[in-house]
Amino acid sequence: MVNDQPTALERFINGILPENPTYRQLLGMCPTLAVTNGMQSAMTMAGATAFVLICANIVVSLIRNLLKPHLRILVYTLTIATFVTIADRVLAAYMYDMSKQLGPYIPLIIVNCIIVCRCEVCASSQAVHIAAADAVGQSLGFTLALASIATVREVLGAGTWFGIAVMPAGFPNWVLMVLPPGAFITLGLLLGLVNWLTALWTQGRKAKPTAA
Amino acid sequence: MVDKPKQDNEEAPKGSTAFLHVGSSPHLSNSRLTTQRMMIDVLIGLLPILVFAIVIFRWFAILQLGICTVSCIAFEALFSAWRGKPSPLWDMSATVTGVILGLSMPWSAPWYIGVIASGVAIGIGKIVYGGLGQNIFNPAMVGRAFVMISFPAAMGAAAYLDPDGTLKIVTQATPMSVARSSATPLWPLFLGTVNGSLGEVSTLAALIGGGYLCVRRSASYEIPVGILGTIFILGGIQNLLNPDSTFTVLHHLFGGPTMFGAFFIATDPVTSPVTRRGKWIYGVSIGLIIMLIRVFSGYPEGTMFAVLLMNGVVPLINRWAIPIPVGGPVPVRAQ
Repeated sequence: MVNDQPTALERFINGILPENPTYRQLLGMCPTLAVTNGMQSAMTMAGATAFVLICANIVVSLIRNLLKPHLRILVYTLTIATFVTIADRVLAAYMYDMSKQLGPYIPLIIVNCIIVCRCEVCASSQAVHIAAADAVGQSLGFTLALASIATVREVLGAGTWFGIAVMPAGFPNWVLMVLPPGAFITLGLLLGLVNWLTALWTQGRKAKPTAA
Repeated sequence: MVDKPKQDNEEAPKGSTAFLHVGSSPHLSNSRLTTQRMMIDVLIGLLPILVFAIVIFRWFAILQLGICTVSCIAFEALFSAWRGKPSPLWDMSATVTGVILGLSMPWSAPWYIGVIASGVAIGIGKIVYGGLGQNIFNPAMVGRAFVMISFPAAMGAAAYLDPDGTLKIVTQATPMSVARSSATPLWPLFLGTVNGSLGEVSTLAALIGGGYLCVRRSASYEIPVGILGTIFILGGIQNLLNPDSTFTVLHHLFGGPTMFGAFFIATDPVTSPVTRRGKWIYGVSIGLIIMLIRVFSGYPEGTMFAVLLMNGVVPLINRWAIPIPVGGPVPVRAQ
């Protein structure tokens, strides 16, 4: 049974695009919609999530033989909560303004379903190095997704990228894009774009063997 | 559907003279009742408003209408081609969206606002749902809401006012934005010689065009009557409670886009309820929300938001307001 499961490299690659947590699994919608109005907050969120995800995956993988089936979700949650508290306090200590700006969304990483999902799918049944590779891959995928959404929203909505003006002077800011409706519109359109590109890619791969 | 009766005729046993064809609905009694005819009707209904807008705002009106109509048609062609669908331009719906969008713009809006609003109206308002007939929200109002929230400086009350304007009309504030402090005389408000969005100014023109639509039955009279009746009743109550107020119930009816919205925006057949009872619920609710926004909110005018909000509950209204079929209600089957 262990042989059927993906290897570390497959886990890592799957996390980035083929099983991208945002665009393919549609997990973690709450931070995706809430903190992508600027690149700075999006990247802080991606970093905090990556820290929690990697640590939680490693710890859960280490204790996977001790897990009781009926208590496993509770153990995941407690593990995740520990690292979320660390991340939250570190942010509050060293990046106070960003911590204020992100508000409740850092503590809410506890209920981010990407992390519980990875603990359940990968870490609870596979070795530490595979779980770590999986966590890194998923974190990169999540970072990519947040970066793409935040780029569209910040460039159109504020004319800046990482707070640096990128649009020519006189560019009219699309205020709606940094407001909540902009998050839904951007996510929906990018999701459609990713599905479209995936469909094109799959068709291209299918077409090749028949041509050859 | 067209060749079905023919098939049945062929299958009919030879020798039988009387043949009764039984088919399922819809029964098209008039094949000329097409989307295109309906949209052309709307365009004809919009003519008086167009004329008034051009007479009052001159080249500003022509410019805005041109930008919005051309962009809407271009975006429709572009997105349809992208989806690999045959171009639906012949049904004129993009033209109607463009004209209504143009008429809802302030005279001073920069060119890119019209283009963005058209792209959002056609793209996010219509095409993402699968094209005409599938959209939940009125496309023109989706486009306008997008630019209204995105560019408050270019779409808000201040954008209408230009003290140094070359047209005399634009040197006054819009009647709705000064509603709380002073009232515009009723006659100009009815005729339309006041400042405002291009198509909203003239109550007279909207009544002529809207009346035409209702007579042609391209628009359901229940919706405008519901909206205007509710505004009349609520405005009347407000008027009775504050007899000293200069902003009377007639100002509520004639001011802002009340008439234009009631006859041309709320009656969009795609985004309004199907049944007669549903149309009454829809119209009365829009009137209620318009009054709520006007009286209690920070916005001077709320027809756009009222229509969009009620568009969102139209599927629910359609389920509530299923008419009782001939022969009594359908018995509910026990599960």
